[in-house]
Amino acid sequence: MMPMVKFENVTKRFGATVVLDRFDFEAARGEKVVLIGPSGSGKSTLLRVLMTLERVEDGMVMIDGEALWYVRDGQDVEPVTQAHLHHMRAKVGMVFQHFNLFPHMTALENVASAPRHVLGKSKAEAEALAEVLLRKVGLGDKLSSYPARLSGGQQQRVAIARAMAMEPKVMLFDEVTSALDPELVGEVLEVMRALSVERDLTMLIVTHQMGVARALADRVCFFEKGVIVEQGPPEQVIDDPIHPRTQGFLRAVRLT
Amino acid sequence: MEFSFELLWEILPQLLRATVVTLEATFCGFFIALVVGLVMVTFMRARARGVRIAARLVMEFLRATPLLVQVYFLFFVLPEFGISLSPFLTGVIALGCHYGAYAAEAYRAGLEAVPKGQWEAAVSLNYGRLATYRHIVLPQALPPIVPSLGNIAIAMLKDTPILAAVTVTELMFVANEIGSERFQYTEPVTAAALIYLVLSLAAAPLINLIDRRLRPQETRA
Repeated sequence: MMPMVKFENVTKRFGATVVLDRFDFEAARGEKVVLIGPSGSGKSTLLRVLMTLERVEDGMVMIDGEALWYVRDGQDVEPVTQAHLHHMRAKVGMVFQHFNLFPHMTALENVASAPRHVLGKSKAEAEALAEVLLRKVGLGDKLSSYPARLSGGQQQRVAIARAMAMEPKVMLFDEVTSALDPELVGEVLEVMRALSVERDLTMLIVTHQMGVARALADRVCFFEKGVIVEQGPPEQVIDDPIHPRTQGFLRAVRLT
Repeated sequence: MEFSFELLWEILPQLLRATVVTLEATFCGFFIALVVGLVMVTFMRARARGVRIAARLVMEFLRATPLLVQVYFLFFVLPEFGISLSPFLTGVIALGCHYGAYAAEAYRAGLEAVPKGQWEAAVSLNYGRLATYRHIVLPQALPPIVPSLGNIAIAMLKDTPILAAVTVTELMFVANEIGSERFQYTEPVTAAALIYLVLSLAAAPLINLIDRRLRPQETRA
């Protein structure tokens, strides 16, 4: 079966720093992949490339069988158009470390906004959808609250509902629990666990919290310096890592 | 020196009619400034570097040369090229362009204050460029700069006498005319000053009101 997400020989640099080094990666449709590793190892960059927030210098990035930055026209390879970018972005949703909710909109408007203004749904239809999604993440009583009045955990749940409202095939979670107080991690994790039941939804999750990895992962990938050093099911990579760098990293993480 | 309240009373209708012209010039000029500023800030943020530099140069030129010179330029130089505008139109265009440069700076400050994460969230939700500005960025960028735009409006009001130089019959022009006709400047000029004062003072609460209207309490963390 065709992979949902595929990186082929991808290189990404920030100035002189190589963030992804001739990088290969695949995720199957519906697979839940957790990416762990030290800061600056390229895991967040992988997500940001998929969301078109970063461009790569070299290599091929495919989502759902279509190239992200290039369009194959017969034998020719052409740079993307704006229309193609929108076509590709429609497949992907993202949740950020710092929520990035729209501060001038209520929770309901945050979720209803893109279905209305991007997909062209009617106000009533978009708000009905938003209400269903917000109830799903346990915020049915916060529809008219502004982000400033919500806790971090609540804001992040709104952000998840907002991304899901666009019905993506791939959901990207970029350290979504890192900015939260420890007692608020659970409620966000619970929402993510509920999402992971959806068979066809591919989830790529970057985290420093092994609890998150254990709870959600079909597969854990350990990154270092722009390459995947070790990968496998969570019980193997987290509990019984083979590579000395993975062992060292996990020891350090456990101490915190 | 004697201050004649009778004279003041007599010339007041004339001055108030001129005040209407002053207000018209301010409002029209301000509207032009808002649009010119928006166009300039768009070019200042364009993808092409050449466009950005050109926009920057135009802005610096407009801010670094006196408004009076710009008014004269439009009024006396443009007709040489076959473009002649009425004094009023010349005046408001000059006012609008001059203060448009300041409005552009205000817009820029407002836009730069919108965090990067907001743009990224817009991309992640597949917003187009225009929809991003309209629904996400401008609603956050504009309310904080309402006070700066208000200051620009008041500054413009106080600069309208410059339009007298090209015979726009605004308040100061008329006050001056009365003075030279009657050889009595004290009353008309004092009256003009008071009218400017009243208008400026009235503008402040108006701006405050708009400011408060645009800023829902909930969004203030």
